[in-house]
Parts: sequence; structure tokens; C-alpha cells
Amino acid sequence: MLRPKFNRIFTYTVLSIWTLIVLFPLWTLIINSFKPQNEIFASPFGFPKDFTLDGYIEVWNAGHFGRYFANSLIVTILSLGLILFIGSMAAYALAKWKSPISNFLYIFFIAGLMIPIRLGTIDLMRLIIALNLQNTIWSLIPVYVAMGMPIATFVLTAFIKELPNEMFDAAKVDGASEWQVYSKVVLPLMRPALATVAIFNMIKIWNDFWFPLVFIRQESARTVALGVSLLFGQYHTDWTRALAVLSLAAIPLLILYILLAREFIKGLTAGAIKG
Amino acid sequence: MSQANLSKNQKPELLNVENRRKLTWVLFLLPALLVYLVFMAGPLFDSLRLSLYTGKGYSPTEFVGLQNYIDLFTVPLWREKFFNAIINTCIFFAIHMTIQNSLGLLFANLLASDFKGRNFFRTLIFTPTTLSVLVVGFLWTLILNPNWGAVNQILTGVGLKQFALPWLGRENLALPVIALTSVWQWIGMPTVMFLAGLTGISEELIEAASIDGASEWEIFWKIKFPLIQPVIGIIAILTFVDNFNAFDVIYAMAGAKGEPAYSADLLATLFYRTGIAGEHPTGIPNMGMGATIATITFLILMSGVLVWLYFSRRNADEK
Repeated sequence: MLRPKFNRIFTYTVLSIWTLIVLFPLWTLIINSFKPQNEIFASPFGFPKDFTLDGYIEVWNAGHFGRYFANSLIVTILSLGLILFIGSMAAYALAKWKSPISNFLYIFFIAGLMIPIRLGTIDLMRLIIALNLQNTIWSLIPVYVAMGMPIATFVLTAFIKELPNEMFDAAKVDGASEWQVYSKVVLPLMRPALATVAIFNMIKIWNDFWFPLVFIRQESARTVALGVSLLFGQYHTDWTRALAVLSLAAIPLLILYILLAREFIKGLTAGAIKG
Repeated sequence: MSQANLSKNQKPELLNVENRRKLTWVLFLLPALLVYLVFMAGPLFDSLRLSLYTGKGYSPTEFVGLQNYIDLFTVPLWREKFFNAIINTCIFFAIHMTIQNSLGLLFANLLASDFKGRNFFRTLIFTPTTLSVLVVGFLWTLILNPNWGAVNQILTGVGLKQFALPWLGRENLALPVIALTSVWQWIGMPTVMFLAGLTGISEELIEAASIDGASEWEIFWKIKFPLIQPVIGIIAILTFVDNFNAFDVIYAMAGAKGEPAYSADLLATLFYRTGIAGEHPTGIPNMGMGATIATITFLILMSGVLVWLYFSRRNADEK
């Protein structure tokens, strides 16, 4: 009788300590972004006495944050849409086409899981310049789509392989073409697996800093990550503004995550079990 | 005779159907394959080729064979930077492998049981993972800043003033502190994956063991741990690949040069400075040498993956 009680105390103690470690920086970030500089230094942990929105107003005006958000949104949504669409098409063929070619291609695709695309950056940069896409958000999308292919084909092919064969046979007997089977039968069934792929890629693409850093100099084509790095460099001695920059980048994602946390973790866990 | 005629007429048509099926599959695969080839596989392989060339700027044209590799390993200026980066990368990886993954396993094990507030803790542990690495890096830079010293104020407050250090300013401290920041952010990943593995273990097995009088500790090491070994393997290899490629957090907290004095310089920051941004003060990239560093990183990753494949195959065969 003593043991379960001890376990419970241990569980709560460990998790509560970690909770403090997670929340402390986030609390410090958000609470101090509403304080003037001298109060940040005088009392870093309390609620703001001298509440101010100066940091946010200035940063929003100086930094074209609206533009950065729009760019990141366009890049993330278009890349995700393409990854899910062409990835699921490929996965359907990889799962249902029995031939040495498809076996080879499957291995070729998932080999990319282990090899980071960044190692090819020098050539990608030359390719993007040759295509005259540098300094535009369009330079990012094809790279992100390619980067998403290994995980998409890996998770989706495994998922389609586990669907019962009768389902496909029934549709074929009714005279459906492969395209119809894919779009009318497979796609709707695949929704949970598509969600897993989307979550994995969304975090990666939205937060990617490397490719915007390499491809984009122009103000108008900056994503949130790149904009944050440049603005932070500019304001690093003005803490109210520096913290406002970081909060502006972090808060939308925090809210989105808290709203969708359940589906988020479920989707990730489903993907992990499949893997 | 009529039969012979029939089969003659049928044969080309059959082939046609077969070919058309093949064509359909190829069309399904084509878009993904094209993007993957042009924007991922192609550039990766071309980097191998590029490492055999030299020249300043965007098109290294002069073929030099293995000279870049020889320079990297023998010219003192290169060799020093390169081995420094390799050792730092290994330390960075080792901190993740040990601290992040064992804490992740502990958290997953606690979260796998049923108790009040479980969902809250699950959500919370994964929260930093959803943030941008850059934002996390900058945030911790401010918190660890000795002038403000949110961390140092707390340490002084609880009577540990001697530990209130310039965390990111000392050569022997910067790299481990940055690695721990990264652990803070990424711990949600192994936790979620271990959790998936642990919840896959049948309840009956654990119940039976606990009826037999096995302690929680014994159940963990004798039943759960062996059963989640495949998950441990996957997490180990993902930790390896991700951290041998880490860049953002170093860039945010120690700059592209891994300051102070290159003590936090990793392979990825060395690659960035050499092949993409160009070393200060010239700012002209040496793409051939950059591709050489990328190729060596690639070889290190490949050998790690092959070792992992070998052991996971062998383990699977034994079972």
C-alpha cells in the first residue's frame, strides 16, 4: 500500500520540477516583453507594474512582421499541400505496385530520412540561382517539398499497406481506375496518417531558419524565422523590443499548439508506432 | 484455327493493358520522384563531385582531385578548425544522447501510468518542441545573460552565488550550456516516442509480473526496457542524425563562429562559414572546401546509419 503512494509522489515531484523548468523561460519572455527596460532589470519575475506595449508597436512597425507571417504562412501551406498530394500519390504506387522498380524507389525515398538535405546546400544554392528564384519565397517551396518526401512516403506507404485488400478489389470490380481508387477510397481513409505527416513537416518548415538564411536577403521575402534573427540582432540591447520580437514569433505557435495539443500528440504517437 | 486467330489478336492487347498499368504507376510516382531527384538527391550527390573542385565564388571549376581532403587533414589552419568542430559535434551529440534520451525515457515511463493531470504534463513537455530553435536560442541567451541574469539572480537568491557564472562566455561552459538548452527544447520528441512504445506493451504482462511480486523497478528493467529496444534504436539514430547536423541553436547562442573562441563551433557552422557565407573578413565562400566538409559529414552519418542497421537487423534475427 505504501509503494503506490510513493510512486505517485515521485511522479508528481519529477514532473512538477520539469514543469517549472519549461514554464520559467516562457513566463520570463512574455511577462518582461510588457515592461520598460529598467523594470526588466529591477524585477525580472513579477507582473509588470509599468505596463507598456511600446516594444510590440515599434517592432511591428519597424519589422514588417505582417509580411513575415504572410510569407511563412504561404510557404508552409503550399509546401504542406504539395507534400501531402504528391507524397500520397507516390505512396499509393509504392504500396500497390509490385515490382522491383517500386521496391528500389521505396528504399531510395526513405534513405532520405537519414541524410539531411542541408548537406546539399551548396548545390541547391547554385540551382536556385540558376532558376533565378533567389530572394523569393518560391526558392523555399521546392526544397521543403523534396525534404518532406522521405517521411511522407515512409509513413503513408506503411499505412496503405495495412489497409485490407478487399477494399481495393471491390472498387476495381466496380470498374474504378487507379486514379479513382486513389482519390475516392485511399485518400479519405488516409486522413490520420496524413495528419501525422502534416504535423511533422509543419514544425520543420515553419521553424526552418537555414534555407531562408541562405537563399533570401530581400526584406519582402523574409520568413518569420529570418525576420526574427535580423530584428533580434538589431535590438539586442533594447530588451523590451528584443523580447517583443521573440514573443511575436512564439505566441501564435504556442496558442495553436495549446488548442490542438491533443490531436498533435495523438498524431505524433501514431506516426511513432508505425515507425 | 479460329482459336489461333483469337490468341493472335489478343496478345498485343494484353501487353497493352500491362503497359498501361505500368504507365499509370509511373505517373503516380513521377511528381514526387522529380522533386526529390532535382531538389534533394541530385544536390546531395553533386556535392560529392563538387568536393573534388576548387575556385572562389559560385562555380568552382578547377579540378583538384582529393586536394581539398588532403588540405583539410594536413594544413594546420584547416586541420585545427576541422577537428575542433568534429570533437565539439561529438560532445554536443553525447549530451543529447545521454541526458535528453534518459530523461525522455524517465518522463515517458511516468506519463505512461494513469494519474490526474497526465494530459497536462504530456502537453507541457512537448511545448518547447513546437517553438522555433532560433527563438529558443535567443530567449536563453537573454536569460543566461550575466548583466540581467535571470538564472544568476535565482542562483544568488538560493545561496549559490558561486555558481552565478557567465554561462555563454566561458570556453569550457558555452557548448554544454547550449546543448542543455537544446535538450530543454527537444526532450518532447523522445518522450512522445518512448510513450508510444510503452503504451504498446500489454497491460496483462505488467499486471502478471506485479502479482508475482516484481517491483516497479524490476518491471521496468526486466519487461519494459527489453520490449522497447527497437524504439530506443530509432531514437538513438534520430538523435545522431539531427545533432550531427545542428546549426540553428549554435547560430542563435554563439554566432556563426561558435564563440567564444570557436569553443562551440560544430560541423554545420564550419560548413556554413566555409562553403556558404565565406570566412570573415573576405566573405568569399570556398565552395569546394565546403562540399568537402559536407561530404565528410555525410560519410560519418552513413557509417552511423549502417552500424545501426547492422545491429537492428541482428537483434531482429535473434528474436
